Amino acid sequence: MAFVAQIGSGVIGGLEYLGSLADLGGKAAYYTFVAPFQGKPIRMQRAISQALDVGVRALPILSLITFFIGLILALQSAYELRKFGAISFVASAVAISMTRELGPLITAIVVIGRSGSAFAAEIGTMKVTEEIDALETMAVNPIHFLVTPKFLAMIVMLPCLTIWANFMGVLGGSLFGVAQADFTFLRYIQASVDALFLRDIISGLVKSVMFGVTITAVGCHEGLATGAGPEQVGRSTTRAVVMSIFLVVVVDLIFTALFFFVSER
Amino acid sequence: MIEELEDDGSPEVMISLRDLRVSYGEREILHGVSFDVMRGETMVILGGSGSGKSTLLRTLVGLEKPSSGEVILRGKNIATASDEDMDEIRKKLGMSFQGSALFGSMTVGENVALPLREHTKLEDSTIEIMLRLKLEQVGLAGFEDYKPSELSGGMKKRAAVARALAMDPEILFFDEPSAGLDPIIAAGIDQLILELKRAFKMTIIVVTHELASAFLIADRMVLIDKGNVEAIGTVDEMRNSTQPRLRQFLDRVPEPEVAREMDYLQMLTKQSGHSRGATAKRSE
Repeated sequence: MAFVAQIGSGVIGGLEYLGSLADLGGKAAYYTFVAPFQGKPIRMQRAISQALDVGVRALPILSLITFFIGLILALQSAYELRKFGAISFVASAVAISMTRELGPLITAIVVIGRSGSAFAAEIGTMKVTEEIDALETMAVNPIHFLVTPKFLAMIVMLPCLTIWANFMGVLGGSLFGVAQADFTFLRYIQASVDALFLRDIISGLVKSVMFGVTITAVGCHEGLATGAGPEQVGRSTTRAVVMSIFLVVVVDLIFTALFFFVSER
Repeated sequence: MIEELEDDGSPEVMISLRDLRVSYGEREILHGVSFDVMRGETMVILGGSGSGKSTLLRTLVGLEKPSSGEVILRGKNIATASDEDMDEIRKKLGMSFQGSALFGSMTVGENVALPLREHTKLEDSTIEIMLRLKLEQVGLAGFEDYKPSELSGGMKKRAAVARALAMDPEILFFDEPSAGLDPIIAAGIDQLILELKRAFKMTIIVVTHELASAFLIADRMVLIDKGNVEAIGTVDEMRNSTQPRLRQFLDRVPEPEVAREMDYLQMLTKQSGHSRGATAKRSE
């Protein structure tokens, strides 16, 4: 009986957590898409500086990682493909798995590491030093003030980063293609482009927007839920990273399944 | 309505607490607190650590919701006020936090200007002037481009007061204004509070356990102990009071620890064998 009760309370806890994420995400979406038309403008300056932080400053590390991932994908698929004498399919294998799956996912994981954790740490520190309370006593809504610029920056920058990641992945694959599979660089790129349908790219981008929402909601929620004391900030940051990775994979699964069944018809 | 104020001469109730109870989860922190604060007076809330005085302050500025009772602030009960009403009330309150709570990512100037930028449609040049005035009032003229991390503890407190003053509040709240400051800097903050009181006839609520500072700045005081009002009165009434708990607090008499020691020994005897039992008996 105790076991069943434990499962029950675990499920309730999980649903409660998802509920508070949805609440935060919903409020952020409201302040981003609805409130500006009711005379509560978004703080564009803050959003832009967040976008620089989330997006532009992530480019070097993201480029390097996705270039290597593309190369690894090429090596791994060539290992299997050459048994069938089909090594020239390396280009399409890399292009499709990058755009549909690994581009958005790797981007999300890099952004979680760089920005999701930073959101939790920043907001958590503000919570501990009573800055969040100070905002409230000044009648400034902390979600509008802190979360909305991050939310906007994330849903704009994550798709942009994903496009860049896709491109770098293909570039990484081309290194193998040119060196080992008798492609010229231009023919490799051409083969990649030919293999892709628009819906591959779009499905990846839709996922990346959802990842952006997830990462912002988790990072900011963990920050706002920080207890008293500086050591709690570290704990929230860790939780933000772990929960974000987990939930991004869950969201990935849901949307991949959705696209799979939709495109079947 | 509220803006049409009477003359300063007639005492007018600014804050009214009626049987205020506040709980964190199951645990009740304030067990029915009632008192009034008049317009223009400085009320010091005294109390030891864990007495509930900080919770009381947090409730007054709307950071905690009362579980029952009334908090009437500027004629509105904040226990039942809607979010919009609460925001309107808050625009007329200023709060200086214990750790100053300045936004670390902004300069002092941006910190002080924030409420003005958020709640008014003033031109940047007007805000600039108001910001200089506020900083001058707290003795920080010329520091608008510094980051909070570049200021000393006392200067941070002053900057926080400037930010609290930004919207020309009617009620100013201080949480432990002298906490973590050396006596000279703390005396400076006391002076600042006195100046604000004199210059603006502001209603000021100060939470502290610093007795010297309390007697200097207060018009009236209230002693909160274990979530109850133990004593309330003017500075002289408090000084001459014979209320035992207040006397203990003012005369700085430590809590008798005999009872606790006995409990501790009893606990030890229960836990283990004869040798410890013997020790306990001997000390009896």
